[in-house]
Amino acid sequence: MSGQSVGAVHSQRAHFDQPLQLRSGGVLPAYDLVYETYGTLNAAKSNAILVCHALSGHHHVAGHYADAPDNIGWWDNIVGPGRPLDTNRYFIVGVNNLGGCHGSTGPSTLNPSTGKPWGADFPIVAVIDWVHAQARLADLLGIDSWAAVMGGSLGGMQALRWSITYPERVRNSIVIAAAPKLSAQNIAFNDVARQAILTDPDFHGGHYYEHDTRPTRGLRLARMLGHITYLSDDQMGEKFGRELRNGSFAFDFDVEFEVESYLRYQGDKFAGYFDANTYLLMTKALDYFDPSREDDGDLVKTMARSKANFLIASFTTDWRFTPARSKEIVAALLANGRNVSYAEIDLNFGHDSFLMDDAHYHGVVEAYLRNIKL
Amino acid sequence: MSQPLNRPDFDVIAGWIEPGHKVLDLGCGDGSLLKHLIDSRGVRGWGVEIEDVNILAAIRNGINVIQGNLERGLDEFADQAFDHVVLSRTLQTVRHTEGILREMLRVGREAVVSFPNFAYWKNLRSVLDGRMPVSEDLPYQWYDSPNVRFFTLLDFEALCRQMGLIIRERSVLDEQGKPVDNADERELNFLGSLAVYRLTQLR
Repeated sequence: MSGQSVGAVHSQRAHFDQPLQLRSGGVLPAYDLVYETYGTLNAAKSNAILVCHALSGHHHVAGHYADAPDNIGWWDNIVGPGRPLDTNRYFIVGVNNLGGCHGSTGPSTLNPSTGKPWGADFPIVAVIDWVHAQARLADLLGIDSWAAVMGGSLGGMQALRWSITYPERVRNSIVIAAAPKLSAQNIAFNDVARQAILTDPDFHGGHYYEHDTRPTRGLRLARMLGHITYLSDDQMGEKFGRELRNGSFAFDFDVEFEVESYLRYQGDKFAGYFDANTYLLMTKALDYFDPSREDDGDLVKTMARSKANFLIASFTTDWRFTPARSKEIVAALLANGRNVSYAEIDLNFGHDSFLMDDAHYHGVVEAYLRNIKL
Repeated sequence: MSQPLNRPDFDVIAGWIEPGHKVLDLGCGDGSLLKHLIDSRGVRGWGVEIEDVNILAAIRNGINVIQGNLERGLDEFADQAFDHVVLSRTLQTVRHTEGILREMLRVGREAVVSFPNFAYWKNLRSVLDGRMPVSEDLPYQWYDSPNVRFFTLLDFEALCRQMGLIIRERSVLDEQGKPVDNADERELNFLGSLAVYRLTQLR
């Protein structure tokens, strides 16, 4: 890995009193967003990059906490002095989205009108709601326009949404391993994940906090399923093959194959810290995402509203959001004569490739960012 | 395939393209031609490239570049989206020759094609001497050449006629990049090392 970590960081909290009108028709009367920043905002306030998180991400993008040195940001390998998101040059902002479970207002935070956790009463949030909330954070930070908004997967969808909803406030949009909308198969996977949570007896209609329990079995299954879709078949084959933990068949239903052990471990780990209601909300935000819906499904017309320059990247082994899905975005941008570059990166880690430290992948992001005007 | 330095066909191509035009460069390499056209002619440009190193280099050069395989067509591009579609020193590396020429004129009003002329006298002499030609415009050994189609000016023009493509302009260059001026088509075929064509078709 080139460059250095940003080192010790701390998160901040912003409170917003102005009600937020939501895509679902609901209103969030007030809310908190937790966020982190790295680097220094320049005098012209022109060097800010917003990094949007994906399904299970949060505001802690890079660095570590002084009191928790092992808690390293989820995209630490790309942020820092000498790294593609060079903190000597850019002011990087990471924010935990509404509905999240890492400090921003969400199902596990207190509903001021009841004094209890929101639980299932937390309104369904859409990508556009997150973007509106992020825009208010930008206002607070004095950022009129982002040098770039970027993200992978669901984060990339936010970067795309930003360019459509706030064309004057995004100079560059970096959309990685994303899609302009989910396919039926994508939605199907999400629904199985949700069913796992919703049918867990500990779910209690989403009000499990009051019952001092959590639907960890359902959340664990949801994560195991999701995790399979993040990896490539090749990579799983290389990593686990048909390896057995004890060398021979036990002819029972305990953990036998290494891949089972791995998935159960991932599921347990995730279910231990993530909130099931947040998981439900995030998957719904994915399912509903389709900016072209405003234009009767005509993405070309939708992208006509954007003014940003674009870097679109996909990964050859990503079968969740395949390169073909990224190319749909590319085609819509080309049809509008937008400045766009597209890289199809040959990495073996499936959808998760976007989080990997790869010289070519990071080189492309770095080269693109180097040319943007601050 | 492009070499960054000293490309005489760049100037010919630049002369055919008007300021503000939309240009698509297929097999754009590191984006040198597009950069030249942007700087010298104020065009708006996009490139297509297959190689990772060139994608990185083109992005570094500040050029719009789309990673893709020309052999698979130009599906991302809409009909008549460009004023000019350029294929510079790349046609001889493409298997689906007719397919790519048709695609170029589907997405662009005009196609600009440059390629090394295998009938250039030095190339012919080299073959007569028993060795495959290696020159300024054919800078590869037979075993590492990306070229898969070997053709001449006259061959190309015959294909254009067959496909109903109209040759609007032609520039034939010698190995030093100087224009070859000769009225005799057969002699031109022997004297030209590199040919540049401007093609269109009736719609």
